[in-house]
Amino acid sequence: MVRFEDVWLKYRNPAHPGASARDVLRGISFEIPDGGFRWLTGPSGAGKTSLLKLMYLAEHPARGFIDILGTRAAHISRHDAALLRRRIGVVYQDFRLLPQLSAYDNVALPMRLARRSEPQIAADVSEILRWVGLEDRMNARPDELSGGAQQRVAIARAVVGRPKLLVADEPTGNLDDEQAERLLLLITALNRLGTTVVVATHNMALVERYPAPVLRIEAGRLVGHG
Amino acid sequence: MARRDDLGLRAALADRLLPVLVAAMSFLAALALAGTLASASLAASWRVQAGATLTIQVPQPDDPDVSGKLTRLAAVQAMLARTPGVINPTVMSEADENTLLAPWLGENVAQLGLRMPGVISASWAGPGAPDALGATLGVVSPGTLVDAGAVWAARVAALTGSLQDCAAAVLVIVALVAAAVVGVAARAGLAQRRDTITIVHGLGAQDGDIANRFASRATLLVAAGAIAGTLLALPVLAWLAALATPFSGAAGGLFNLPPPLWFALPMLPLAAAGIGWVTAQLTVRGWLRSLA
Repeated sequence: MVRFEDVWLKYRNPAHPGASARDVLRGISFEIPDGGFRWLTGPSGAGKTSLLKLMYLAEHPARGFIDILGTRAAHISRHDAALLRRRIGVVYQDFRLLPQLSAYDNVALPMRLARRSEPQIAADVSEILRWVGLEDRMNARPDELSGGAQQRVAIARAVVGRPKLLVADEPTGNLDDEQAERLLLLITALNRLGTTVVVATHNMALVERYPAPVLRIEAGRLVGHG
Repeated sequence: MARRDDLGLRAALADRLLPVLVAAMSFLAALALAGTLASASLAASWRVQAGATLTIQVPQPDDPDVSGKLTRLAAVQAMLARTPGVINPTVMSEADENTLLAPWLGENVAQLGLRMPGVISASWAGPGAPDALGATLGVVSPGTLVDAGAVWAARVAALTGSLQDCAAAVLVIVALVAAAVVGVAARAGLAQRRDTITIVHGLGAQDGDIANRFASRATLLVAAGAIAGTLLALPVLAWLAALATPFSGAAGGLFNLPPPLWFALPMLPLAAAGIGWVTAQLTVRGWLRSLA
């Protein structure tokens, strides 16, 4: 379950530390049950990425209550936060692949952090790379891959550990229609297996093709939920 | 975290500059350590030698003493023989006395017709310094002077103590500079790998996982540098030991360095590695605190 109660997020301008903080999210409240699927939509700059950052514990709220997978985020220790992050798969808008690692090692990274055995890692990573159509590029480094291929590696890394919560920020932004379709099939398959999924997107055609409740955010406020 | 270099630290933590800097500091530390131990060893030996020596000068040695029964020299010698702690009081022969004074008065001291004082040498084995001995002897032979080596021994001890303090201060400074160098190198590595670490942190790496990777790499580089610096110091130490031969009395060379130094030198790379590990851990963990 993911639950937000009256959550506020403020950003300070690092160039003007004395200036008052800007409200990025204002009084956000919603609940997603275990195994739920939500689209997160809204115009650019509305606060979608900030909301997702709170979900994958990259930001702390200025106010409010956040429960992620049964853990209250505000009072979590750094150790437990790291363990919780391992249960969350994240697809970043800018991929965030490690440039010095191959596609295979990038995807294997979360499993190695979780100290899975190498045979299991080999089996799971090969399988997921085949799923995203990169089985023949697994030794390529990110700078040797196209933007779409990098995004598929990022998606594979996010889902390889079968996370309990999958958070994706514009995951189809660099994919062609066929790849986007394939990705959505993968995400819905994970969702059917019990993974809670939140996908931020501008692609309303995708939202219409895969109907699910929508969290709509505008100017930092949740204006639609359902 | 995985055993492989997922964080790219081989490139991020400079594999040339850090060991070279640490090697230079280990070289200095080895010299300072040798200075500390050698001065301690010399001081101990000088204290024993100088502290045990007594030289007593008896003016007008052939004149009668206060009682008028003995010569002043004989009275002082008898008094010394009765004094606890004074061992083997021996009157210096005229020839020995002339030899002693030859550097100042020339070879023909006897022909100068000077009234020379009688000189008695003895050893002191009593507790503390023989401060009261001069006054005691003055009762039977006024004007008798006691030159106690303990006074010089105390001065030598103070001097070598200062040298040891200086050497210890150098060691502390070198250790602090080493820690600062490792800290700067770790921060540079963090700055270079900021994105990578942020990603790995976001994927669920514990602070300890990341800090251990940095600390392992830093420790490896620091230990390598410290071993090289210590080895490079050995020929210089041998040369310094040769220069110090007139003071130490031992033959110069590598194999005549103070034995404690042979135990202390291997500790330098270990200590440097410890400094590297702790500094890298503290630096990286402190930096990671800035992440959510």
